[in-house]
Amino acid sequence: MTTTATTTEITTVSEGAPSPTDGGTRIGWAVADTLTVTWRNLIAYTRIPEFLFFSTVQPIMFVLLFRYVFGGAIHAPGGGPYVDYLMAGIFVQSVAFGSISTAVGLAEDLQKGLLERFRALPMARVAVLAGRTTADLVRNVFVVGIITGVGYAVGFRIGAGVPAFVLSLVLVLLFAYAMSWGFAVIGLSAPNSETAQVMAFPVLFPLVFASPAFVPVNSMPGWLQAFAVHQPVGVIIIATRALENGGPTAGPVVQALVWCAGLLVVFVPFAIRQYRRRA
Amino acid sequence: MTHAIEAENLEKTFGGTVRALDGVSFAVEEGTVFGLLGPNGAGKTTAVRVLTTIVRPDAGAARVLGHDVVAEAGRVRSLIGLAGQYAAVDENLTGRENIFMVGRLNHLARDVATKRSGELLERFGLADAGDRTLKTYSGGMRRRLDLAAALVARPAVLFLDEPTTGLDLRSRNDLWEMIEGLVDGGTTVLLTTQYLEEADRLAHRVAVVDHGHVIAEGTPERLKADLGATVLAVGLSDPSTAARAAEILDKVGTKSPSIDGVSIELPVDDGPRSAMEALRLLDTQGVIPTTFVLREPSLDDVFLALTGKRTETDDEDADPSAADGSRGRKGARAGATTGGPR
Ligand SMILES: Nc1ncnc2c1ncn2[C@@H]1O[C@H](COP(=O)(O)OP(=O)(O)O)[C@@H](O)[C@H]1O
Ligand SMILES: [Mg+2]
Repeated sequence: MTTTATTTEITTVSEGAPSPTDGGTRIGWAVADTLTVTWRNLIAYTRIPEFLFFSTVQPIMFVLLFRYVFGGAIHAPGGGPYVDYLMAGIFVQSVAFGSISTAVGLAEDLQKGLLERFRALPMARVAVLAGRTTADLVRNVFVVGIITGVGYAVGFRIGAGVPAFVLSLVLVLLFAYAMSWGFAVIGLSAPNSETAQVMAFPVLFPLVFASPAFVPVNSMPGWLQAFAVHQPVGVIIIATRALENGGPTAGPVVQALVWCAGLLVVFVPFAIRQYRRRA
Repeated sequence: MTHAIEAENLEKTFGGTVRALDGVSFAVEEGTVFGLLGPNGAGKTTAVRVLTTIVRPDAGAARVLGHDVVAEAGRVRSLIGLAGQYAAVDENLTGRENIFMVGRLNHLARDVATKRSGELLERFGLADAGDRTLKTYSGGMRRRLDLAAALVARPAVLFLDEPTTGLDLRSRNDLWEMIEGLVDGGTTVLLTTQYLEEADRLAHRVAVVDHGHVIAEGTPERLKADLGATVLAVGLSDPSTAARAAEILDKVGTKSPSIDGVSIELPVDDGPRSAMEALRLLDTQGVIPTTFVLREPSLDDVFLALTGKRTETDDEDADPSAADGSRGRKGARAGATTGGPR
């Protein structure tokens, strides 16, 4: 064994790792490394059973719950079918809760020493975070696709044309991506993955439920209404709903984009800083 | 000959109080194996983390193949391979995927990374397990996979942090053979260990570390010569008999026997001959031992010889939480029976 190993070792030394300076640009390597980390995270997701559950079964249960159990008692404003009102809320709620997996995944990698190992590799620093958030974006594309199918099966119909609907999903995905960076900060601050999950929940819960996700806000007390329509999850839901059901879109969509941009501007550098400190 | 690794007065303090490295210096010649030998908490992992650019030293400097680990960290990373103490592998990936990933992150072309993954799985006896996820691997298989991944980009300098701690004898022997194969291929290896036997078998030179200091450096032969080649351990029925036996055997070993309760130990040069002499002397004085053992010296014996104290062994040798810093150092428990890692 040793003799053959030795000869290969010597004769093929020239194919060794190129340094970051030979061939390719820094940005080229950063993109390549990000794709490698994305690939790794996506493969890992397909091998964790909880992935299937949290990504698909939970949103489907929410669709069925609100469509058939609570929905009959809720009157959608404007008098259209409740399921059409509901779907915007389901989309945003699903990706928002899904972004917890960014926190859990990073906390796990940190705990298992993988981030430490990555630090000794000649890879781009940013690829660990960018690869994680990109994988979660891909996962969300899949989730949003499934929910659209389930929604259709229970009677949801697009009210404002396919281009506007596609735009609404792009907005949902952009928001999910921005949220992932926020949860990356939590994942990198938590002592372990269980705690990351526990820390993420109380942040998300009020944002998702004190919002127009499932019920019109006019039944809420005034102060809560003000919160519900101005906080980021509420704003994204309003814009998504306008794009899916028709109605004035320009104002809500601009507000939603401003929130997404704001979250990214704050959380991308924050997450990178936290990564430098912890990993 | 040039130095592949140089460490000069490295210092690192954690949390303001734990001095993990307190002025560590050593140099490793190219193409040789250097062993950092020390008990748990000595600072071995911290030294490896500094040399592999994972943490910055508070003071001092280190170079790998002439490149500064702080100023030229990127260059250093492209020259080294690291297999850490706790086999940091991705459990959800297969063995093949793990190696491929590390290859790609070392910027190997896709086809080269694929080819290397196959070669390395073969070479480390993991070809059959290569397409199973790591969840199904045993401890020994994980260590081998971790080592394989560290080699994917053919690093000129390889860092192995306690590569065999927690492994059974057979896996340990397998891993030793693999490491020896690498060195024949010209790779410089820095390895940390708690086992004198491991340092003796693999390393050309050894530095003994304790409390962030290098307390001795030299060839393993030199270290062992200071100890006597073998240790004679004799158990007696009660402490007063033990004290008498120690007196009787005072001239048999290279040093006076150490007494610990009902057992005494002494380093001897020529094992069998000294053993016969010891038995004869004890017999003439009417002292009957309860146990009588000749054994290879351990790290514990090195410490006893160097510092007059036994190592402060932590209970959980292979417990990842040992690195979390929560355990402060207690005062030296001189003379305590700690058993030593064996
Ligand atoms: N990240 C850390 N934070 C706090 N203390 C640490 C950290 N890493 C190591 N230590 C402490 O530094 C000392 C040396 O640790 P380490 O280098 O892991 O020793 P070894 O690898 O020889 O067992 C120990 O007392 C350990 O608890
Ligand atoms: Mg260690």
